Amino acid sequence: METATHPAKIYWRNCAALMLLLALTCIIGYINLGMFNVIIALAIAIIKATLVALFFMHIKGSSRLLHLAMTVGLIWLLIMLSFTLTDYFTRGWVPLNH
Amino acid sequence: MNTTSNMSVGFVAEQFDDFQQQRGAAQFGMWIFLATEVLFFGGLFLAYTVFRSLYPGDFVAASHHTVVAIGGINTAILLFSSTLMALAVRAAELRNQKQLIRLLVGTAFFGIIFMILKGVEYYKDWNDHLVPVLNFEWHQPNPGHAQIFFWLYFAMTGLHAIHVTVGICIMLVFAVIARTGKFTSGHFTPIEIAGLYWHFVDIVWIFLFPLLYLAGHR
Repeated sequence: METATHPAKIYWRNCAALMLLLALTCIIGYINLGMFNVIIALAIAIIKATLVALFFMHIKGSSRLLHLAMTVGLIWLLIMLSFTLTDYFTRGWVPLNH
Repeated sequence: MNTTSNMSVGFVAEQFDDFQQQRGAAQFGMWIFLATEVLFFGGLFLAYTVFRSLYPGDFVAASHHTVVAIGGINTAILLFSSTLMALAVRAAELRNQKQLIRLLVGTAFFGIIFMILKGVEYYKDWNDHLVPVLNFEWHQPNPGHAQIFFWLYFAMTGLHAIHVTVGICIMLVFAVIARTGKFTSGHFTPIEIAGLYWHFVDIVWIFLFPLLYLAGHR
């Protein structure tokens, strides 16, 4: 039984990248960019979550079965979000021109 | 059944051929559990998206009452504790018992700091009359819409806080068990699985921070 252990450097580098992204999202959060604030904030959050999943949760280099389990989880989430939101946004319940 | 040639036979249950198969099953099971957790939190994120689309101005005004400093520091704390957790899994793999215990306690410690800061913020929210139903007062337009924001704020951060509390307990219990050398004789899978849970909780907060805190501070 042998395991390929990752060097500790990878985790510290990932930590530094996450902290930089946190600082970036805080700074951008205080600049008024209208509707782009939430888009940029979510984009940075998605990058941070990806970094955590890739390096801390070892999605990078793990088996295809785990890739599948993760992808299926995200697809279920997207189905729930997209089907519900299409319903709300096409019945005139949500005014889209604010 | 493969027995004597298998170094790890002591902790490989009899339904598995070897350590790697048992480890793979545990990882797969955990990722399936995390998929259900994504949907569990996803429902709240969906509600947030719908109501923020309905009342964008009121949500921004309500979010202005959250404390970005506490939310931001708590984000950094969770990111740092996740780093310690990743290093704890590494220490278990390398069979370094002392380091594993230290890192598990460190992970739990920063989790506790997170909870204390969250408690301080909840206390401030209470004094600012932001708790729906119990003491909600709103002197700006549309108090009902602002109250929906705070319903979601308490539901999302509260559910997340429960997860952090469970995580802290897991880390401390594992730190105690690690003293017996159980996880540093090759059987590091429980630490790895606990790590997946802790990182997931971290990811949830990564999304909560911009949506609940940063939204109102531009």
